Amino acid sequence: MKLRKLTLTAGALALSLGGAATAQAVDLVVVSWGGAYTASQQNAYHDPYMAMHGDVKIINDDSAGTSLAKLRAQNEAGNVSWALVDVVASTGISLCDEGLVEEIDHDKVLAAAPDGTPASEDFGDLIVSPCFIPQIVYSTAFGYRHDLLKHKPRKIKDVFNLHRFPGKRSLEKVALNNLEWALIADGVKPSEVYNVLDTPAGVRRAFAMLDTIKDHVVWWDAGKASVAIQLLADGEVVIASAYNGRLFSAIEEDKQPIGMLWDWQVFDIDGWVVPKGGPHQEEVLKYLRFATDTQRLADQAKYISYGPARKSSAPLVGKHATLGIDMAPHMPTDPKNAKNTLLFNYEWWADNRDDMDERFEAWLAR
Amino acid sequence: MESAQPGAILTTADGAPLKQSLGRALRREKTVSLLLVAPLFLFIVVTFLIPIADMLLRGVDNKIVSEQIPRAVALLAEWDGGGGELPGEAVFSAMVADLQKGAKAKTINRLGKRLNYEKSGMSSLFRKSARRVLRLKEGPYREALVKIDRRWGDIQTWQLIKTFSPPYTGGYFLTAVDMRLDPAEGIVRQQEDRRIYLNLFGRTLWLSALITLLTLLLGYPIAYLLATLPTRTSNLLIILVLLPFWTSLLVRTTSWIALLQQEGVINDVLVAVGILDNDSRLAMIHNRIGTVVAMTHILLPFMVLPLYSVMKTIPPSYMRAAVSLGAHPALAFLRIYVPNTVPGMGAGGILVFILAIGYYITPALVGGSSGTFISNFIANHISSTLNWGLAAALGMLLLAIVLALYLLYDRIVGIDNMKLG
Repeated sequence: MKLRKLTLTAGALALSLGGAATAQAVDLVVVSWGGAYTASQQNAYHDPYMAMHGDVKIINDDSAGTSLAKLRAQNEAGNVSWALVDVVASTGISLCDEGLVEEIDHDKVLAAAPDGTPASEDFGDLIVSPCFIPQIVYSTAFGYRHDLLKHKPRKIKDVFNLHRFPGKRSLEKVALNNLEWALIADGVKPSEVYNVLDTPAGVRRAFAMLDTIKDHVVWWDAGKASVAIQLLADGEVVIASAYNGRLFSAIEEDKQPIGMLWDWQVFDIDGWVVPKGGPHQEEVLKYLRFATDTQRLADQAKYISYGPARKSSAPLVGKHATLGIDMAPHMPTDPKNAKNTLLFNYEWWADNRDDMDERFEAWLAR
Repeated sequence: MESAQPGAILTTADGAPLKQSLGRALRREKTVSLLLVAPLFLFIVVTFLIPIADMLLRGVDNKIVSEQIPRAVALLAEWDGGGGELPGEAVFSAMVADLQKGAKAKTINRLGKRLNYEKSGMSSLFRKSARRVLRLKEGPYREALVKIDRRWGDIQTWQLIKTFSPPYTGGYFLTAVDMRLDPAEGIVRQQEDRRIYLNLFGRTLWLSALITLLTLLLGYPIAYLLATLPTRTSNLLIILVLLPFWTSLLVRTTSWIALLQQEGVINDVLVAVGILDNDSRLAMIHNRIGTVVAMTHILLPFMVLPLYSVMKTIPPSYMRAAVSLGAHPALAFLRIYVPNTVPGMGAGGILVFILAIGYYITPALVGGSSGTFISNFIANHISSTLNWGLAAALGMLLLAIVLALYLLYDRIVGIDNMKLG
């Protein structure tokens, strides 16, 4: 670690010298999820902002999937190089709990809605942590190859039915979501899922259900939903879990033969956090004020089918920027898609994530 | 001469005693060579020895417990954990004070995470308590803490904290070999569903050995061909060996994905030719086969090159002599040629094996869950579970295994026999 610190300091020194030598340009390293998602942010936030502020350059870094580890490493080395990080709500809560990101006064930092509603009210209860600035509401759902499967999967338990729906599946390599789905597929009442998971027997039951398909699962690394989409497109797997926006762009933009299985999709929130001690914080806050205003959040929905986190943005969501199709039916919140949705229990996951991740890793290795 | 004239001292031309001036000359020489070696030595110390020492320290470092809850740890030292009685009110009150401080500084969750490695449930206990403990204003703290979570009233919780309160611990190394330190029973085997690492070490060693063997089987004929062909042809062939060697590792691994996957080239051809039914395509990737195939291909040059350089030095006259003395060509090959290539096999074998044992990207991309190596778990503990202590312990064990195998090789084959080129 000492060595790491040394090289980091040396690198920072070299950077700052180089920076001083050229111009006053500000480089903001913005960490996000890559793929279609980063592209939507580039189109809706980064490009317009850089057009308005010639001295700011936004550099994309696609390592949001491992942001918890990397932020802690940067914090320990005393050299935080990330300006802004895009995280899911549960990670945002953990980071805030560990004091690795700044607390935000939402009403002061963020723009009010066009009608004057303060930001904290406009975002409402999506502000799940004092450090977290919500951006979008997304869901993790399933896509399937309708050309390779004889029957159409309709229920979450079909994912676990190898007999009627033969072929490999792809799931995210985390305990989160998979445990809940396993229990629902095993017949647990969705409202009871977290009560069941609170007991050792319930956790065993979830893993036992996952055991039934374990040999037929290709795992995608946390955050790398693009791998799941690739596997689906290649026909390597017939059913895959992925973020609904990624599935949307595979289906509508790339015209892949993929269908949506919305049953018991898990809603989640994604948003920004500002690393404690990060570079150019003043610039970052200026950028944030712009990138999370009502119009910008609505703009992002033109490029990817995630719901904007502000209530005031909802009426502004229209058609896809290039395809010209209506975005509303593709949103996870559309009544037709949202018949069965699972309410994600943040508190339960914040308390039990370490345990569950460890159990999951051990289960996977066996 | 000294024995002939015991009293006389030998001197050099300038009159100084020979012994002294000889010593001076030698010393000068030593200083010069030390100075010449110094840059490399310092480089190795800074880039190699210090990080390894630092890693070793991380594998035993446990200061987090005494740093986060100093007052409780100090008082717990006097508590007799085996007595079957909960610690006194003083310990509870110290714990509350420590928790409040940690909750304000937002550092207490890291402690919960640390203790969770030893016993599941500790993380949630500390998280929950940290959220509620700030509201506690006055005692008795024992009842108050137990009210927040009844696990505080469980003697095992306190025994665990006491057991893991010293600044250094063997806990990570024990976990790395599927053991654990139980407060009551001492060192015992890990619970069955948490025993994973010995199995992984075994798999890593076995697959690496298999890959080494495969590269030897595939590489030997190639090297033989290269060494015996006329220079012009063999130079061309060497480029063919080196070309993949110069290609990016990621490119080669990804092309294996394109080749081996179920809708990939090989399966498509087999189905088109009619050998396979469309429904029974072979699963050759995201499992052990994928790892072995891709790694054998990637590591092949490391076997071919040392073999080639050794074979090049074997005079063809040896074989001719053996044949002319009446040996069958096959026998001559086995008895004369092969023994002469042992240094090359040793060098290639060690090179491939040691590279394979620490391989990371290829198993991660094509190995699925049955073809991952121990290094994938080390990486996982570094970057996603953040259990750096365990990662350090696993890394040190891996290093120890490699060193042990190296010594074993030296004992059996002799390291002097190795020839890298």
